[in-house]
Amino acid sequence: MSERSVLEVIAQLVPPKSRVLDLGCGDGALLHHLCTTRGCSGYGIEIADDDLLACARRGVDVIQLNLEEGLALFDDASFDVVLQLDTLQHLRNTEKMLRETARVGRIGIVSFPNFAHWQNRFSVLRGRMPVTKTLPYQWYDTPNIRVGTHADFEVLANKNGLRVLDSFGMHRGAVVRRLPNLLATVAVFKFEKG
Amino acid sequence: MASLGNVTPQSLHFTESLPLQSGATLADYELVYETYGTLNAAKSNAVLVCHALNASHHVAGTYEGQAKSEGWWDNLVGPGKPLDTDRFFVIGVNNLGSCFGSTGPMHVNAATGQPWGADFPVVTVEDWVDAQARLLDRLGIRRLAAVLGGSLGGMQALSWTLRHPERVGHCIAVATAPNLSAQNIAFNEVARRAIITDPDFHGGHFYAHGVVPKRGLRVARMIGHITYLSDDSMEEKFGRELRAAEFGYSTQDIEFQIESYLRYQGDKFSEYFDANTYLLITRALDYFDPARAHGGDLSRAFAIAADKKFLIVSFTTDWRFSPARSREIVKALVDNRISVSYAEIDAPHGHDAFLLEDPRYHGVLKAYFQRIDAELQA
Repeated sequence: MSERSVLEVIAQLVPPKSRVLDLGCGDGALLHHLCTTRGCSGYGIEIADDDLLACARRGVDVIQLNLEEGLALFDDASFDVVLQLDTLQHLRNTEKMLRETARVGRIGIVSFPNFAHWQNRFSVLRGRMPVTKTLPYQWYDTPNIRVGTHADFEVLANKNGLRVLDSFGMHRGAVVRRLPNLLATVAVFKFEKG
Repeated sequence: MASLGNVTPQSLHFTESLPLQSGATLADYELVYETYGTLNAAKSNAVLVCHALNASHHVAGTYEGQAKSEGWWDNLVGPGKPLDTDRFFVIGVNNLGSCFGSTGPMHVNAATGQPWGADFPVVTVEDWVDAQARLLDRLGIRRLAAVLGGSLGGMQALSWTLRHPERVGHCIAVATAPNLSAQNIAFNEVARRAIITDPDFHGGHFYAHGVVPKRGLRVARMIGHITYLSDDSMEEKFGRELRAAEFGYSTQDIEFQIESYLRYQGDKFSEYFDANTYLLITRALDYFDPARAHGGDLSRAFAIAADKKFLIVSFTTDWRFSPARSREIVKALVDNRISVSYAEIDAPHGHDAFLLEDPRYHGVLKAYFQRIDAELQA
């Protein structure tokens, strides 16, 4: 999965000139892209020191916070778009963070590894936890503490009163709209408060 | 990285009286300052560094012929350092009321012909910022690329964006807070009481008696010092180590190494620091509260700084000005959609960490100043 293509697909979901909050913004590449090519502004949130430095070097506004503690710093609907890309699976307080995302942003965009991709299913059928490009860790040594599927998220969104505006999958740099739960390694959802 | 080498302090006299927050005015005064690096043709690359309690205009570099005379932030400021004097024109100013050369309580009040003593007007962070602005006027600098400060210096940096927003582009505020907590004020008051109740204080006019309230200054410094260090780092450095092999069963002699250390720090401090200055500077700390004029709403206070850019830095083990205090500042800026970055450095040294050389801390500052430099070049 090319980093560049995921970045571009997600960027297209963000309306130009949006106020953006990027939760778990990593090295700031996406936020930088949004600010320089789509007229967006906003902040990245990141806890890791080296990522923080990478953001600082890019000239991206980054705020060092532990997402597990919630988004108390941010008022209701104070951002047009809140991004939670490749972050959801690292958080203990998954549901709380989802609700916070929907509180703070008019729109939320979430992406995470889809455990129900057919290759993962085959691996489990064979009796082993999958180790793939998208899920490259061993079961006993992984930062991914929440393991879910594309279909699971729809259920979770419903449970928390979120309205899904768009959903699809991604696999090897391409958007997957047909049977994403089976055919996509990454799940992408765009939602708002119901 | 090379050091700045030898530097020379300069001094400017101001005859236009300075109106102060208290309603008083300071008629006639002198400001001592140092500059490093070169001001560019556009006069756009100036960075003002504001000092805290026990510091001065001597931010970096050394004094010719004086051993161990490095400036208090020499690890941060210099050629190739995070605040790079090859790119920026850096200015350090000694604040009014301080005791390192600028007009203060030890100087003569022209009106009385006697040293000011405790009658030196009570100055605030805002007064210092106004005086700094006048210095910049004399240097021909209309607008600062950035203002930088730690602790009380960070409060001055924040105050610049509120008081003279059109004259500053970036604000870097380290290990600071939007105001002092009750506990902070309590520590300051204990220090002040120690000084004021020293029999040699004489109501602040000790100069006339040829004495110095050293006992009070020592105790004040000891208290201050405890608040600058983290619990863990004190425990690691000193623990319960004794000076001798066994208890001496004395209540007045030095038993534990931490006592020896604090007494030493206190002794050193009382040799050079002015007692009236200590009272003035701790008061300035107590009074700083930009939200106060806005009904306690810090977000409203920062509305005026809408187009400024900020870097806020805190240290996890700083219990004097904790990260939660810095996050209050970040929230106020975010509420105003102001450009801000915030780093919470996990360094072990408590409040003191802002003066020390942590690679993550210096890395973030360096990256931020490079960003400012890139903006100037564009």
